[in-house]
Amino acid sequence: MVELIVFALMAAASLAGGVTVIRARNPVYSAMGLLATLFSMAVLYVLQLAHFVAAVQVIVYAGAVMTLFLFVIMLIGVDKDENTAETIPHQRRLAMAIGLIAIGLGTALVARGRFSWVPLVDTPASAAETNGTVQALAEPMFTDWVLAFEATALLLTVAAAGAIALASTRKPIISRVPSSPAVSPSRRAERGVGGSGQEGRGGHPVLPPAAGDTRAGS
Amino acid sequence: MSLVVTPGWYMTLAALLFAIGALGILIRRNALVMFMCIELMLNAVNLTFVAAGRALGNLDGQMAVFFVLVVAAAEVVVGLAIIVAIFRRRESASVDELSEMAG
Repeated sequence: MVELIVFALMAAASLAGGVTVIRARNPVYSAMGLLATLFSMAVLYVLQLAHFVAAVQVIVYAGAVMTLFLFVIMLIGVDKDENTAETIPHQRRLAMAIGLIAIGLGTALVARGRFSWVPLVDTPASAAETNGTVQALAEPMFTDWVLAFEATALLLTVAAAGAIALASTRKPIISRVPSSPAVSPSRRAERGVGGSGQEGRGGHPVLPPAAGDTRAGS
Repeated sequence: MSLVVTPGWYMTLAALLFAIGALGILIRRNALVMFMCIELMLNAVNLTFVAAGRALGNLDGQMAVFFVLVVAAAEVVVGLAIIVAIFRRRESASVDELSEMAG
């Protein structure tokens, strides 16, 4: 009975969060809806005795991933209106039809009742066998799944390196001087050779704010 | 009243969430929101894994969820970096404008 009540509450919360994700105009509201879904998922995991998975869900998803999402939303800016022009004719209407069919099939599953046509789900296992504590999960993780576990370490390293490579800019800070935006640093150094006193110590071009003006005058 | 919440209920909820996520992918144009919809679908699959593992009486479902979580975290990191890189270039997060590769 308690399981039913908690399941109903969390199912409603997760569905509401999911609808918020796809309906909200503001991406921050979408992120908040996703956060509601992720938290209610964690509760549903606890309800199914998957304690370790629930903890990881809260820490990794609701903690790290959502923080990353919010960082990027703030970085990109939230106030841009989405272009709602349809590049494919009737795309939105077709998508709604497909989605309603899928959701209708899902609710038909509930309405039909006891899922007797799915053989495996009628026999819930005993609680002791599927109690997903840290101890219980550590044993298969470091015996049967140890190769996959090591592969995830490699995957995370590659992902971190890839993110740094994608996010880093090769442009040196020198090219952001507003006086001569179109000139690349090497060209600027070439020009500076003929000029008087444009090259500073050690061959680095000296860039006072008025550097472009003196160059234009010479 | 003895209404037992069988794993089928969880799977149905997961199916609904997956449908919502797929619908969002089809409707929305903002790359960030589409990315969130992918996360929604991944979570729906995770819920199915846990429910199926419980129904089958072993922990392999929860192990699968663990690995899906790791892959999803890596995917989010790289995907958001790509979105930021695209945004730097064209000041927009709309996927409709990324049509250089279209014939």
